[in-house]
Amino acid sequence: MEAVVLNQLTKVYGKQKSMAVDQVTFSVKKGELFGLIGPDGAGKTSIFRMLTTLLLPDGGQASVNGFDVVKDYQQIRNTVGYMPGRFSLYQDLTIEENLNFFATIFGTSIQENYDLIRDIYVQIEKFKTRRAGKLSGGMKQKLALCCALIHKPTVLFLDEPTTGVDPVSRKEFWDMLKRLKEQDITIVVSTPYMDEATLCDRIALIQEGKILGIDSPENIIDAYPDELYEIKAGNMYSLLNALERYSHTRRSYAFGEFAHASFNGSNADDALDYLKQQGLPQVTVRKTRPTIEDCFIRLLKN
Amino acid sequence: MNTVIQTDKLTKRFGDFIATNEITLEVYKGEIFGFLGANGAGKTTAMRMLCGLSKPSSGKATIAGFDVYRETEKIKKNIGYMSQKFSLYDDLTVLENISFFGGIYGLSDRQLKEKSETLIGRLGLRQEANKLVASLPLGWKQKLSFSVALLHYPKIVFLDEPTGGVDPLTRRQFWDLIYEAAAGGVTIFVTTHYMDEAEYCNRISIMVDGKVEALDSPANLKKTFQVNTMDEVFYQLARGAKRGE
Amino acid sequence: MKQFITFLRKEFAHVLRDKKTLLILFGMPIVQILIFGFALTNEVKNTKIVVVDQARDESSQQLISRIEASRYFEIETILPDAKEIDNAFRRGSVKMAVVFPSNFGPDLAHLKRAQVQIIADASDPNTANTLTNYMSSVIAAHQDELNGNSEIPYRIQPHLRMLYNPQLKGVHNFVPGVMALVLMLVCVMMTAVSIVREKETGTMEILLVSPFKPLLVMVSKAVPYLILSLINVVTILLVSMYILDLPVNGSLLLLFAESTLFIITCLTFGIFISVKTNSQQVAMLISLMGMMLPTIMFSGFMFPIENMPVALQVISNIVPAKWFYIIVKSIMIKGLGFSGIWKETLILAGITLFLLVVSLKNFKIRLA
Repeated sequence: MEAVVLNQLTKVYGKQKSMAVDQVTFSVKKGELFGLIGPDGAGKTSIFRMLTTLLLPDGGQASVNGFDVVKDYQQIRNTVGYMPGRFSLYQDLTIEENLNFFATIFGTSIQENYDLIRDIYVQIEKFKTRRAGKLSGGMKQKLALCCALIHKPTVLFLDEPTTGVDPVSRKEFWDMLKRLKEQDITIVVSTPYMDEATLCDRIALIQEGKILGIDSPENIIDAYPDELYEIKAGNMYSLLNALERYSHTRRSYAFGEFAHASFNGSNADDALDYLKQQGLPQVTVRKTRPTIEDCFIRLLKN
Repeated sequence: MNTVIQTDKLTKRFGDFIATNEITLEVYKGEIFGFLGANGAGKTTAMRMLCGLSKPSSGKATIAGFDVYRETEKIKKNIGYMSQKFSLYDDLTVLENISFFGGIYGLSDRQLKEKSETLIGRLGLRQEANKLVASLPLGWKQKLSFSVALLHYPKIVFLDEPTGGVDPLTRRQFWDLIYEAAAGGVTIFVTTHYMDEAEYCNRISIMVDGKVEALDSPANLKKTFQVNTMDEVFYQLARGAKRGE
Repeated sequence: MKQFITFLRKEFAHVLRDKKTLLILFGMPIVQILIFGFALTNEVKNTKIVVVDQARDESSQQLISRIEASRYFEIETILPDAKEIDNAFRRGSVKMAVVFPSNFGPDLAHLKRAQVQIIADASDPNTANTLTNYMSSVIAAHQDELNGNSEIPYRIQPHLRMLYNPQLKGVHNFVPGVMALVLMLVCVMMTAVSIVREKETGTMEILLVSPFKPLLVMVSKAVPYLILSLINVVTILLVSMYILDLPVNGSLLLLFAESTLFIITCLTFGIFISVKTNSQQVAMLISLMGMMLPTIMFSGFMFPIENMPVALQVISNIVPAKWFYIIVKSIMIKGLGFSGIWKETLILAGITLFLLVVSLKNFKIRLA
């Protein structure tokens, strides 16, 4: 059963008709944790707004739980949970008041669905009389998630919930999402952080309104066509320059403490020899399994 | 080794709240120094003091050889600054932004002309030179912003989360610029949330609850904490933080 | 110095590239000068008056013709006796009555002295003053002309009576005006800003993606300001009545009810503005510029509407404050009941309904 379906969905902005979303097609299964991965301006927010019926598409169709986003928008609005970027909360209401408000407008109460949010709410419960404006980023994030969940939605749309939040809270947030999955809620998340992609069941890589690839993270990584090597040397800058000059380098770039590179007509030993010849100290070359970020970079450069 | 930043128990208090608590560190010339910490750990307050924008409550610091209490004007002339929140004027063109910032730092017209040419060529912005900055994609704005911060040959450049939100490729292109600048002798003082960028730095410090809880090269930090990634180093340190509640 | 010039260049660029601000900077003064120049004049022209000619003789006819010929006055009706004067004033259609006593002619002929009564609507004391002065001068001129032909001087003595406001207190004029202005500003601006703030902070997005209906959103925003404004009305009335000695000749209950109507009109205006704008700054600007200025200019409390060019008089009809001002003065100063102000009340209600319908229709249920 498909919870969310997009078919050639398109959105165009401005007089120059720039394609914010370019004929995007994919679907999300019920109970799936689906990630939309891409940088700023890729079109993630526009897609979310069309799925939550806040924007009209300029082309294509989409449906949530079988309801069309254009014709049946009210049914969708009554049953989905939405957490927009910037965690829209009422800054001068307390945690408790915010939660109460959102529960009430969906015709329910905090008590009714408390077990759904319990794991998350306990982390901020002792601050429940503090105003939302005075909360840290991580706490706002947890509160916004609770407010989106409190009416037991069938599909949860989270637009960049981890952007601008410290790494510790980011990690905790994904742990919470995994636990929610067990409650059979379909979750669609967008994020610019590549490392969060591996935490999803399936992901869609998106850049400049176009989908670069859709599959489970493992499949995407398995589909990486080249041999990828992680190379270390004393000095990253010199290493990168050397790799750039090497005629057999297909692609090379920095990757944390290593440089990642793939070669054309050369194997690890040849590359190692070349680099040693360049006078780089302590060079090591090792085959490595690509990450989602490697896959994204490769798709971008193509 | 030339020390360009030196602090000794640098502190900033706001009433009873100690935002920055006796931080002591040294940064060397040409180094890429990563300044990490969770939100609210005190990074921004510390950076403001180092840029001469905020007077410390106590402690000592010299930036590019100038005292942070008495010679803030000289500090400002010798450093560059770029942040996510503000970098360039959206309603001015690329060239106008370059002229403006160059002019503020006292570059002569001839110098400005030369540097504009070089900059625009290096960044591949020739077609966009007379377009409003607002029309540029985020990644190009960031690269331009960084280059503008370097116009007046500063000794140190302070970068406040410069690469938020762009795709992985553009981020790396930005770091290419940072590497180039460092190779040319400019010291880079950068804060970031991306742990892989922490790896690009020569040394990093991690602030927790206003104090510097770690200061070393990425490799040494991983050894000390017996973990494989900077992510885990950070997690270990930041997990117990009181602030951010 | 070079730094300064660099800064200057940048600032000029900012200013010249902001087309909207430029429009206001250059457009507004021109519009204001034109409006103030043409429209707003304290002069009196063609004011409608009523003449009661109880003498009906040649002398009275002569003076009446003279009055008729004057460009200051336009005689609406000539009444045979004083019974209808009250109604004429209550209707508000005339601002002055000139009453000739039945002995006017004989008195002038035999006693060389006669009286004429000038009754002015002093609910607007400034206008009343101006009008009585003009009328006195017309009468004096007639007197001089008569005297030109004889040795014994004639005297026509005007006897002044200020109706509704014998002491010519200004407070009668400006309290209703201030009430209209304050209610207008608070209700329009605060409601507009409050709704637009939700749009700006993003909470409107979440409200839209929920079962909550747009009408309820708008009403819930307006209600707190309704209550606050009613408190304001009470405060203004208390201060005016007890500290400024403003008499309230009509029913306080009716005044309150009409104020409630006007408040609702202003709130609806606020909702209308919020539906059309997306930033708090613009909402505030429109509320201030778009509401305050027309209210001051066209409500009639500073500048008489009757003296404006016809085009502007027509415009004044859509300014709710104009109708409220008339209602308040009618109740407070003239002591009229609902029968005297039902027309104005209906107009206000009509404006409110219209705005409500348009706002509902234009309420964006989507972001774009």
